[in-house]
Amino acid sequence: MRYSVFSLLAQALQGHKGWTPAWRDPAPKHEYDVVIIGGGGHGLATAHYLASRHGITNVAVLEKGYLGSGNVGRNTTIIRSNYLLPGNTPFYELSMKLWEGLEQDLNYNAMVSQRGVLNLFHSDAQRDAFARRGNAMRLAGVDAELLGSEQVRAMLPYLDYDNARFPIRGGLLQRRGGSARHDAVAWGYARAADSRGVDMIQNCEVTGITMAGGRAVGVETSRGPIRAKKIAMAVAGNSSRVAAMAGLRLPIETHVLQAFVSEGLKPLIDGVVTFGAGHFYISQSDKGGLVFGGDIDGYNSYAQRGNLPVIEDVMESAMALWPGLGRVRMLRHWGGVMDMSMDGSPIIDLTPIEGLYLNSGWCYGGFKATPASGFCFAHLIATGEPHPVASAYRLDRFVTGRLIDEKGAGAQPNLH
Amino acid sequence: MRITCPHCGARDAQEFTYLGAADPQRPDGMAATEAAMTEYVYLRDNPAGSHRELWYHGAGCHVWLVVTRDTHTHAIASVEAARARKAGAAA
Amino acid sequence: MSGQPFRLASGGLVDRSRPLSFSFDGRSYRGFAGDTLASALLANGVRLVGRSFKYHRPRGILSAGPEEPNALVELRSGARREPNTRATVVELFEGLDAASQNRWPSLAFDLLSINGLLSPALVAGFYYKTFMWPAAFWEKLYEPLIRRAAGLGRAAGLEDPDHYEKAFAFCDVLVIGGGPAGLAAALAAGRSGARVILCDEDFRLGGRLLAERREIDGKPAAEWLAATLTELESLPEVRIMPRTTVFGLYDHGIYGAVERVGDHLPEPAPHQPRQRGWRIHAKRAILAAGALERPIVFPGNDTPGVMLAGAARTYVNRYGALPGREAVLFTAGDDGWATARDIAAAGGRIAAIVDARGDSDPARKALADKLGARLFAGGAVEGTRGGRHLSSVTIRDASGATTAVDCDLLAVSNGWNPTLHLTSHQNGKPAWDDGLQCFVPGTLPAGLSVAGSAAGRFTLVQALEDGARLGREAAADGGLTPAPLDPVPATDPETTGLQPVWRVKGAKGKAFVDYQNDVTDKDVELAAREGFRPVEHLKRYTTLGMATDQGKTSNLSGLAIMAEQTGRTIPQTGTTTFRPPYTPVAIGALAGHHRGKQFRPVRLAPTHDWSREQGAVFVEAGPWLRAQYYPRPGENDWQATVDREVKAVRASVGLCDVSTLGKIDIQGADAAEFLERVYINGWKALPVGKARYGLMLREDGFVMDDGTTSRLGEHHFLMTTTTANAGKVMQHLEFCHQVLWPELDVRMVSVSEQWAQASIAGPKARETLRGVVDHEHDISNEAFPYLAARAVTVGGGIPARLFRISFSGELAYELAVPAAYGDAMMRALMQAGQPFGITPYGTEALGVMRIEKGHVAGNELNGQTTARDLGLGKMMSSKKDYIGRLMAGRPALIERDRPSFVGFKPVDPSQRLRAGAHFIGIGKAAVMENDEGYMTSVAHSPHLNHWIGLGLIRNGAGRIGERVRAYDPVRNGDIVVEICSPVFVDPEGDRLHG
Repeated sequence: MRYSVFSLLAQALQGHKGWTPAWRDPAPKHEYDVVIIGGGGHGLATAHYLASRHGITNVAVLEKGYLGSGNVGRNTTIIRSNYLLPGNTPFYELSMKLWEGLEQDLNYNAMVSQRGVLNLFHSDAQRDAFARRGNAMRLAGVDAELLGSEQVRAMLPYLDYDNARFPIRGGLLQRRGGSARHDAVAWGYARAADSRGVDMIQNCEVTGITMAGGRAVGVETSRGPIRAKKIAMAVAGNSSRVAAMAGLRLPIETHVLQAFVSEGLKPLIDGVVTFGAGHFYISQSDKGGLVFGGDIDGYNSYAQRGNLPVIEDVMESAMALWPGLGRVRMLRHWGGVMDMSMDGSPIIDLTPIEGLYLNSGWCYGGFKATPASGFCFAHLIATGEPHPVASAYRLDRFVTGRLIDEKGAGAQPNLH
Repeated sequence: MRITCPHCGARDAQEFTYLGAADPQRPDGMAATEAAMTEYVYLRDNPAGSHRELWYHGAGCHVWLVVTRDTHTHAIASVEAARARKAGAAA
Repeated sequence: MSGQPFRLASGGLVDRSRPLSFSFDGRSYRGFAGDTLASALLANGVRLVGRSFKYHRPRGILSAGPEEPNALVELRSGARREPNTRATVVELFEGLDAASQNRWPSLAFDLLSINGLLSPALVAGFYYKTFMWPAAFWEKLYEPLIRRAAGLGRAAGLEDPDHYEKAFAFCDVLVIGGGPAGLAAALAAGRSGARVILCDEDFRLGGRLLAERREIDGKPAAEWLAATLTELESLPEVRIMPRTTVFGLYDHGIYGAVERVGDHLPEPAPHQPRQRGWRIHAKRAILAAGALERPIVFPGNDTPGVMLAGAARTYVNRYGALPGREAVLFTAGDDGWATARDIAAAGGRIAAIVDARGDSDPARKALADKLGARLFAGGAVEGTRGGRHLSSVTIRDASGATTAVDCDLLAVSNGWNPTLHLTSHQNGKPAWDDGLQCFVPGTLPAGLSVAGSAAGRFTLVQALEDGARLGREAAADGGLTPAPLDPVPATDPETTGLQPVWRVKGAKGKAFVDYQNDVTDKDVELAAREGFRPVEHLKRYTTLGMATDQGKTSNLSGLAIMAEQTGRTIPQTGTTTFRPPYTPVAIGALAGHHRGKQFRPVRLAPTHDWSREQGAVFVEAGPWLRAQYYPRPGENDWQATVDREVKAVRASVGLCDVSTLGKIDIQGADAAEFLERVYINGWKALPVGKARYGLMLREDGFVMDDGTTSRLGEHHFLMTTTTANAGKVMQHLEFCHQVLWPELDVRMVSVSEQWAQASIAGPKARETLRGVVDHEHDISNEAFPYLAARAVTVGGGIPARLFRISFSGELAYELAVPAAYGDAMMRALMQAGQPFGITPYGTEALGVMRIEKGHVAGNELNGQTTARDLGLGKMMSSKKDYIGRLMAGRPALIERDRPSFVGFKPVDPSQRLRAGAHFIGIGKAAVMENDEGYMTSVAHSPHLNHWIGLGLIRNGAGRIGERVRAYDPVRNGDIVVEICSPVFVDPEGDRLHG
């Protein structure tokens, strides 16, 4: 059923009785061409692009909970392509271009909103580093502007310019950055993939990977065994656990990242702002809540919740950046578990096991990558070859040293 | 979280710095291979459950600890000095 | 000023001798001390207090507690404005100023209430289905409209004038909630000698005892309450914290709490914070947070005048305010009847009692008769009238016939939900209790037990029993001998019969599930129809439970309607879990004093005062403030100052503080072996009394840090690190020793703060030093050559260390003295250097000179470079193992084409260089594929009188003399530069050895 203002008004006249489920609720078949483990953003996007771009529709997405129950529904909804390294920038820029056409592609309003992402800097050295990054973005065809402190002040008069411990010297702005409605991204992809025949199987936990002759040929699930010609993992946060079912060890640790939302407020801030003298970023949702976050808690965790030290650190940074937030109340905080990879960048690759494909290592930045991740993973699954813009995301880079370490933090996940 | 440091007693985890898995052993010496070192530096078991991990009591006694903690519940089962562990293994 | 027409002549806990004036939407009213804003508004007959989020429906006061979804106001004004403040928990104070929100132009006439007319189209998730065409209109038109309409209150935006602080507490037993269960628990634990903290969010302890007319031991409950509080206050280890909300449960018994220190005052008292954020470490905790009453979903259930029955009782009994004169009760259980009784006792009229239960209990009939109320057993309210103020309700009786009954209050009672939020903060799932028809705590977090209503044990006697028992147990768990168990006092009888009504079906009109977010039963049905059936989908699709009340009054109804739609039971449909915080927490309270200049601690060098006297401009260098440059009168730009400082050093002598460098003292028989393993270069052959430049890698083969390390004795080294990495290197060395090689006989300690250190640089450096170093130490070029490092004395026997090392390329020394002598050292050096015009210089000049000499620093040691990249590959020993050796040999790290370290100069010497510019071949397109590297550091060289730069460019060392573009589009820069040696000054090093 096509969504539009006309269908909405037509349904309004009949009490919305005619809407049909956004996706079917099929029982799993015994065999598929492709089984995607993980009904989060990346898995659902992969299903959509497999179906829409490669005509592969005999596909099941297996989700242990409900669709979108992973990080796609737990993040702070930021989209951007302001990356430094050539292994990353074109990939995230592809993602940005897919975001820009997403509603029309999916016939679903995911509220992609390019209100800008501004990274503040607070020292000469930081300005130099941001200029380096901004220039790299421009070379890759991405928009970037370096603002001075007066330009930042004109945009965001509420910030602390006059009494700051680390004064704001300026910022790197990507105007095309912004946010999207996270749940709607999952739902839009699910509905679009479903409309092309992909089966969304919820409450279906994968408990084992079936091997035959050294290759992966199916999965054991809580809803019975399912055979598949190709098995694709898109279970960021739990990649190590699922990979272990096939005997693989990954360059990944699972960490918890917390996020926060305030009570609903009339518009205060238009785009996304990141603080450069601490771990803090903030934006405001269309519903009015300030959405903000900070650093990962810093220890391995699958608990989907964090602790007070990071919560307080985030609030301190909030107040340091914007002392008018003191009386704004934090409404909820929660945690998501993420694949923190050893160089801070993702992996989209074949695995040493034939028939098993890996999409993992998204660290705390998987949401913005959702479209390109699905697009490139679908390409890999369909063709057996990495998509050109994701060609750096190979598993063997840790052996060859072709790392993609944006921060230069080294092989320690909690520093990325 | 609170970690009971063998020297300093129960302290807020904020006093400690986390490093990661405690079990991988560095392949020392000129005979070590690049493959073994790559595995040591990059590959992790990353279990959902009991995890032996290194914490540094930087705001206390500066001792590196091996903490056995459940990554699902965050419950800590044991804490020992990393140095003691190696001495024990050698003996 | 009106005269509180709905205030009872007597009764309640307000202090009629202390009238307070306040204003709402610009009108003045009066209330009493002990009122909340909500009770004072009700006493004044104000019913319309807010507008809903989406449809801008008129809303009144629903509850008397933290669950309030409707009565949200902007409290105070100016920089102290607090949006979305629940009027039900605001303690009235003199001059309180509140305004309604989310309405324009006024609360009574709100233009956006037109959304109500559009509501057929504005159903759950409508925005996902439209606003897609044309694509460009979303950001330009649709979204700005939505953003403007959305949100509730307006934040002040201005800097918060109040202060906040953080506090830490440790206790044996934390009791959360000061109602009967919590008080009994605190008393039992306290009598056992336990360190007890009792927190209650209310400003007055007692919980529901304050709101009910109950008896304990045959006397009014107030007497028991007073006696209990008196005893608790007398126990030295018991701390009572009213106005304190325990908002979250974190790992290992750590509870987050917020104490509202000054919110009940017009402004916080002098030197007092507005709020205090607590981290309470509790060995055991008892959750005695009570329960929250549930509304019923029926058409028109949001009209101002519809109120929870328990809240109506609270207003009557605690605040002496009548929420209506003509009341109808709509109840699903016994508890609602108490409201009818109490309203009648206070002089209100009970027009009708609608008990949804079909059985006609004669006792209830008798009570209804006694109250003069019409009883509709098995009936339901299926509509309301009145718009901005309830005027009548439509009652459908058991036969299906409808009757309109005039009233100005509809009290609604549908049972209670245990306030079990904290039990689910660590992923615990509540369990459905079919008998009680509510969720009760499931698996409990370690150390937490639950008492009274919070556990689903709703009667007063159960609360008292649980509290006494669990309080003793908690004390015993803490190793204390529990006090003897007193018999639980008797209470007046109560019954808890209940058959909840999740919604009234079959009537027209909007029936709200989530009041604040305007989620109706139809929205839940739509979600079910469209497949959003898992409870999380329901919440996310409809926004049910996502408002500022976090679904306290709505989650269960939503779940129940979804269960009904999908033919499942409530527990099959899902559970309601809760994320922290229990109620919203001000950001300021969790930040404490960490804002403004106090955001992070400031580290000052021991020579800071001296630098300040010299007129230094300071700059943040991580946690440090360092002297950046020392302007002199007449110098009106920093460039002139820095040029002068650099020239002075190169011509004569300059003085710079370098105390911030990391300094690590390393001793032991294996100290040299240890350094061999952590540095890439060799250390065993370094003679005592000499310094050497060292470079260390991370285990992944990239450069970690550099610095000079001196051998002060056979088994004694002093390592220096960069300022930025001092802590990181110390931790790394401890790791290497304790985790990797505990067998090595080596010990290390950071002495960064123990020594003040100064660089004395320039041709006159030695002569300057001669005026400070005691004469028995020969510091001639022969006796103390380049890279000499030795203990000396200064100023007549003060221990010091002298290092002949140079960052500037000049004859230079670093002199270190115990930190307490740092200030004196600088003054002595200034005096000794006076004949040579000694010049203080800062980090800028330091940077210029290091760039002139081609030394790497932070911009090059960025974690992405290898030793080879930096031209230091020759230092890598092939004879020993060291951290990073193997990984540094990986193919991608040794490619010839990697960007490597060289110098750059502008072809047109008048042009300025910029760090961060990328290098592109001349004539090549400015695209990523042609990116060859970037400029890491730049400076204006007063020596050469043009800009110079350092940078990394593909195969740099092999391209000296070649020209490339330095492309800097973010600053509109695009100039031609020549690749050159990174050493711009004195490449032979003659000055160094002079």
